[in-house]
Order: sequence, then C-alpha cells, then structure tokens
Amino acid sequence: MSLMNVFDVTKTGLVAQTSRLNLIAENIANADVESSTPEGAYRAQYPMFRAFFNEEQISAQGQGVRYEGPVDDTRAPRALFDPGNPKANAEGYVFMSNVNTVEEMSNMMSASRSYQTNVEVMNTAKQLLMRTLTLGQV
Amino acid sequence: MNWVDSALNGHATALSLRSQRSEIIAGNITNADTPNFKSRDIDFRSEFENRLSGMQQLDTTTKSQFRSSEGASSSNLMYRVPYVMAEDGNTVEAETEQAAYTKNAIQYQVSIQFLSSKISGLKLALKGE
Repeated sequence: MSLMNVFDVTKTGLVAQTSRLNLIAENIANADVESSTPEGAYRAQYPMFRAFFNEEQISAQGQGVRYEGPVDDTRAPRALFDPGNPKANAEGYVFMSNVNTVEEMSNMMSASRSYQTNVEVMNTAKQLLMRTLTLGQV
Repeated sequence: MNWVDSALNGHATALSLRSQRSEIIAGNITNADTPNFKSRDIDFRSEFENRLSGMQQLDTTTKSQFRSSEGASSSNLMYRVPYVMAEDGNTVEAETEQAAYTKNAIQYQVSIQFLSSKISGLKLALKGE
C-alpha cells in the first residue's frame, strides 16, 4: 500500500527539517560569540540534505530526504575594533562569528514552512487511508 | 475477468495507482530543500491504460503474480519541467507539488466514492430486497 509509504517519506522530511531548525537555533544562539583569534570565532553551520530511498518502504517510489550533517560557513569572521574588550588581541581587535542573523531568520521561516507542508501531506494521507478503511460500509 | 472485477470497473486499479502517485509526490515535497533533486511524476492516463490492458491480457494464474509484483514494477517515472530553474538545481516547486498532491487526493476520494456506490449497489442486488 503506497499510501503507507507516504508516512515513511514525509517522516524523513520532518526529521531533516528538525535538524535544520536545531542548527539555526545553534547559529542564532552563538551569533554574538567573540574570540581573540579569527580561527577561534564561531562559524555558522548549514545542513546538507540528500535524497535517498528508505529501506522501510516495500515498493520505493517516493524518495525521502536524509540529513548528512552540518557544513561550516566559509565566510571570514568579522573583525571588530574594541580595545576595551577583555578578549581583544594585541591590535585591539575581537573576532565575531560569521552568523548573519537575518539570513538565519529567513532560513528558520523556510524550515518551519517545509515542516508544515510535510505535516499537511501526512494528514491528507491519513484522511485518505481512513476513508479507505470505511470502504463498503454503509 | 470475473464479475466482481468487471463490476468494479477499473476503480480498484485507479485507487492503487493514485496511492502510488501520492507517494511519489510526497517524496517531491519532502525533497523541496534538497540540492540537485529532480521532481518526478507519472503520467496517470498512460499508466492506467497500461495496467488495464495488462490485466485483460493475462489469464487468472499470471494475474495474481502480476498483482503481487504490481508495486515493485516501477512505473514510468518522468521528470517534471519546472517553470523557473532554481540556483541549486532543485526542480521542486512547492506550489505545483502541493496542487498535484491535493488534486490526486481528491481524485482518490472520487474513486473511493465510486467504489462505495458500486459496492452498495452489489449488496442491494445480492439481498434482493
């Protein structure tokens, strides 16, 4: 029954979007972390997604999505001139994270929309299955 | 074809094909954020006609085998052409997919409705009230 597979497929989407939301939360939480070296500055992380066929599906036709771990944002951390900061280096600079909060917020909206769409798909599949169960009952 | 099959008039085939299509479209929606993912779909009409003609040709013994392998025999999956190409090579357009999924769900319910009427008609005929 392919409708059952809809649950297996969309479930992977929910899991992937949740990991994406987790990364976004982590990025926003660390947006203001300062460091005395450019290497030590916090770097934003982005999720890597890949399409795959779920082994649980008997007749795999719809592809699920797999979260393949985070990748670092390669942009250079922002150097801020702040000699009074206890973490400032010899030249008086501190290095801020390269997290762009606006970008993260729009990412968050995209992730939550994708999550909602997946839930919606699941709900519709559930309704169809419930109607199928009552087939032939008067 | 036995009389029950002919009475149900292909609606059962339509139902299984619709549920298969819903799985494919659900996969597309799930992969809306996957780079380089290509949106796929089946041509319902040609797939439906294939199945119906395949069922008529086969005799009863092979028909059961055909049915059991029905899901596994991968149907003609085609690529959907997007209106706008995304930068990351993803061809899923959420709106298109959602529309297709909803349409497919409604058509599934239509098949269910038809089947229900058929079944209650058969019941009435069997009771002979």
